[in-house]
Amino acid sequence: MKRDDIIEYSLDNHHSEEDGVKIRKKIWFVTALLTIITAAEVLLGVFWGNMGVSWAIVKSAFIILTLVKAGYIVMVFMHLGDERKAMRWVILIPYAFFIMYLIFILFYDATVLYNVRMLFGL
Amino acid sequence: MSGEASKTIDNTTLWGGGRSPFSVSYGKMMMWFFLISDALTFGALLSSLGFMRHKFADTWPVSEEIFFHFPFTHTHLPLMYVALMTFILIVSSVTMVLAVEAGHRMNRKKVTMWLALTVVGGLFFVCSQAWEWSSFIAGPDGIISTWGDNATLAQNPYPGKNGGPGAVHYTQFFFFVTGFHGTHVLSGVVLNFIILLNVLKGKYEKVGHYEMVEKVGLYWHFIDLVWVFVFTFYYLL
Repeated sequence: MKRDDIIEYSLDNHHSEEDGVKIRKKIWFVTALLTIITAAEVLLGVFWGNMGVSWAIVKSAFIILTLVKAGYIVMVFMHLGDERKAMRWVILIPYAFFIMYLIFILFYDATVLYNVRMLFGL
Repeated sequence: MSGEASKTIDNTTLWGGGRSPFSVSYGKMMMWFFLISDALTFGALLSSLGFMRHKFADTWPVSEEIFFHFPFTHTHLPLMYVALMTFILIVSSVTMVLAVEAGHRMNRKKVTMWLALTVVGGLFFVCSQAWEWSSFIAGPDGIISTWGDNATLAQNPYPGKNGGPGAVHYTQFFFFVTGFHGTHVLSGVVLNFIILLNVLKGKYEKVGHYEMVEKVGLYWHFIDLVWVFVFTFYYLL
């Protein structure tokens, strides 16, 4: 049975040809950006030894570049940036909270266990 | 993007009941909930990879010294094939988002084209992963049938910095993380293919919108998103 009190949000998602041109332009821009970042990461991974920078800097650079890439994929490709603010936070905040807690607890423990292994020569 | 979500509606109407306060359909909301739970699984896997890596930091192998093969060549090209795989997956994500965009304009021909290209990209990635697994299992001598020095869950023929337990954990995480991700890619390809058949049959023309393409698109972008992290935390770091 068809109910008429349900709003069909999917029918409202259409856009015109002119809007399409603008949206595609943004998609290609993000494509170029993601490609450049990936290439930069690989080159950094292969050549960092000859560049005279410390591993800590290279490591943080990798993580920051990855988060930038992830941000563009989620916000532009998955259209989360176009959704309502409430929806954005409902998705991002619980996830960020759990994962940050998990990372904190695991890395803290891993460091302790590494030190124990070194101390007793395990 | 246009649509319900970009309209200004006051909070009393939005949250007053009888409608979605997020202005999204039931299916899309549920796809997002599924993706959050799946992202937690992958997050746990990658965090435990970090845990093992830090615990056995002294004996952890270096990925650049293991993944230097490239199909049909014998040159030493560290990480180049994984980088190519990453690029292919990003491009297939782009073709997916273009299919979604074409769906919003009700352009069936373009949706078919971009969705078909996405399926091709996904298949290329799955096959690459199969090749990557076989060349990893083959070990340093490059022959997969000599089981003596092949990589298994319990043995890693590529030595770590000083041999030791790090190398074995490295193999286990390689098989688990890329295997779990590969299963997702495979099911994503199957889903995309089913939706492609529906598009060809004209099902969404009849319904009046291509939101199904958008929903499988979300799943497909998620697979790309996970690979971005696997690429960094497994291969680069």
